Amino acid sequence: MCGIAGLIHRDGAGAIGNEMTSMLQALKHRGPDSTGFAIYGTPEPDEYILRFKVAEQEDLASGFKIHDEIKERRATVDERLKSLGVKVTEQEDATEYAFRYEIKFDGDMKKLADYVEDVEGAEILSIGTALELIKDLGDASVVSGDYDLDEFKGTHGIGHTRMATESDVDIRSAHPYWAYPYNDIAVVHNGQITNYWIMRREMERKGHRFMSSCDSELLAVYTAHNLAEGASLEDSLKSSIKDIDGVFTYLVATGDALGLAKDTMAAKPMVLYESDNLVALASEEVAIRSVIPHEIDTWDPYDEEVRVWRT
Amino acid sequence: MANIEIEGSVSHEMGMHTEQLAGRTQQMFFDLDEEGGFGYPDGFDVDYNKRGEVDASNMGPKEVNQRIRELMADGHGTIVLKNPGAKHSLAVGILNRLNLIIEGSLGYFGCGLCDGPNIRISGRVGWSCAENMMAGTLVIEKNAGSTFGAAIRGGDLVCKGSVGSRTGIDMKGGTIIVGGDTGAFSGFMMQRGRMIVCGNAGKNLGDSMYDGTIYIGGEIQDLGVDAVPGELTDLDKAWLTRKLSMYELVPEKGVDHFTKIVAGRQLWNYDNLEPTEKKLIL
Repeated sequence: MCGIAGLIHRDGAGAIGNEMTSMLQALKHRGPDSTGFAIYGTPEPDEYILRFKVAEQEDLASGFKIHDEIKERRATVDERLKSLGVKVTEQEDATEYAFRYEIKFDGDMKKLADYVEDVEGAEILSIGTALELIKDLGDASVVSGDYDLDEFKGTHGIGHTRMATESDVDIRSAHPYWAYPYNDIAVVHNGQITNYWIMRREMERKGHRFMSSCDSELLAVYTAHNLAEGASLEDSLKSSIKDIDGVFTYLVATGDALGLAKDTMAAKPMVLYESDNLVALASEEVAIRSVIPHEIDTWDPYDEEVRVWRT
Repeated sequence: MANIEIEGSVSHEMGMHTEQLAGRTQQMFFDLDEEGGFGYPDGFDVDYNKRGEVDASNMGPKEVNQRIRELMADGHGTIVLKNPGAKHSLAVGILNRLNLIIEGSLGYFGCGLCDGPNIRISGRVGWSCAENMMAGTLVIEKNAGSTFGAAIRGGDLVCKGSVGSRTGIDMKGGTIIVGGDTGAFSGFMMQRGRMIVCGNAGKNLGDSMYDGTIYIGGEIQDLGVDAVPGELTDLDKAWLTRKLSMYELVPEKGVDHFTKIVAGRQLWNYDNLEPTEKKLIL
């Protein structure tokens, strides 16, 4: 059991950081292990936001040397970015081990991602013009507080509260997943994928990388693969219902859209609220009501339902 | 296999029981004239004209349920629950006569395990509403989530909007009425009771149903294992009209177009003894 939520403002940017925090905090009981946000701000021309980490939270308890190692790893990442011609215009230390860089780069994004992730302990959480992907251990208020999300303004976002069932409690296994190496695509998932290893091997044969053993990462890789092949977001969501086995409800966010797919059994919950200027969806209505307190009309999407909303 | 003989049951004389479940299953029907058959020994003596209110704004589910119980103990027979805020597990386990008016929406497991109250909900309900309901009526003005009326045993459960998947899963009695559409696997493993859906039904309708009856007013995506069309008799039509009119849900074109779904009874094995039981006989 995990909790997922999504929100899209159709009439311009809103307080998406604060809203997603409220929604995910309301879903804390569905998964207290970790919380993740994929929120979309206002893009700057020719500028990317790179979020990465160089250690797990639990690594900090592994000894005194880890603090020096984190500094060394970050310095190595900086060197590698420089060697690729990446211009870092701003740096922020969200935590001791997770960082946010604003960068200018017109080269191969996959090469950049591979080169950075080759550093020990390094994982790129996201690259995008608008996407900022934040995930860490703890509930929504803790993660939001640590990463200063309350003031974040944006058009849309998705989020996840995780109850670890298939893999470890660590940041690597937390959602959302960035659809490596494609800009601005993130996925959150509630469910279990039963043909994970078959599909993972198929994706690996096609050259995609997996950073975790969490079955949900497959959906991000699968979506990225389909979009790279020229499929639309709607097509990818629809084909996933046939290709992916198991029970799942998942959300995909891109730079300008939010998508939903439910499996053929409709075994995982989703409640949907739709109005002219706002779409909110979550595993439980109580999350939607945390941002829209008054009485609203909501409903459950049916089995095999695919929906896409654009900003 | 011996059929169970029901003598003198008013509801049978009225033709309200079409199930043919037989064999070792036991049935018990209450006699309307029987005194003391409708209340629990520790039930509350309530007065419908005594009205109380609960504002759930700053209360957790446990507090709300305890407050409802306190009001019933104080003789309140009509309770208005305000600002439920889609919280989970509200108004559960009410084993008493009560008029409960819920102004707003409920989350998961709302009104579960109830036996006797008449509940009206102005909003929507989440998953597993009225699970294991035993008697009473529950009317929801808007939509409902999945597993609506799971394992209900009695009473009328009405949703005027559309409901999610697996409606009436494992239901053992009572009536579920849906004004709109229902999702996949509705009536899954249904054992007894009736389900009326005025709109469309998703795939695998009535999958593995043992008994009971499903009436669908719209399109059926497909039928599940052992669910087969039945003949819509005049008695069915009269019952449908009577039941739907109680909740102002009779379609404009009447009920003649409804499709009746019953069990094909290929999965019936009530009289097949378990291996351990065979040993006892031998």
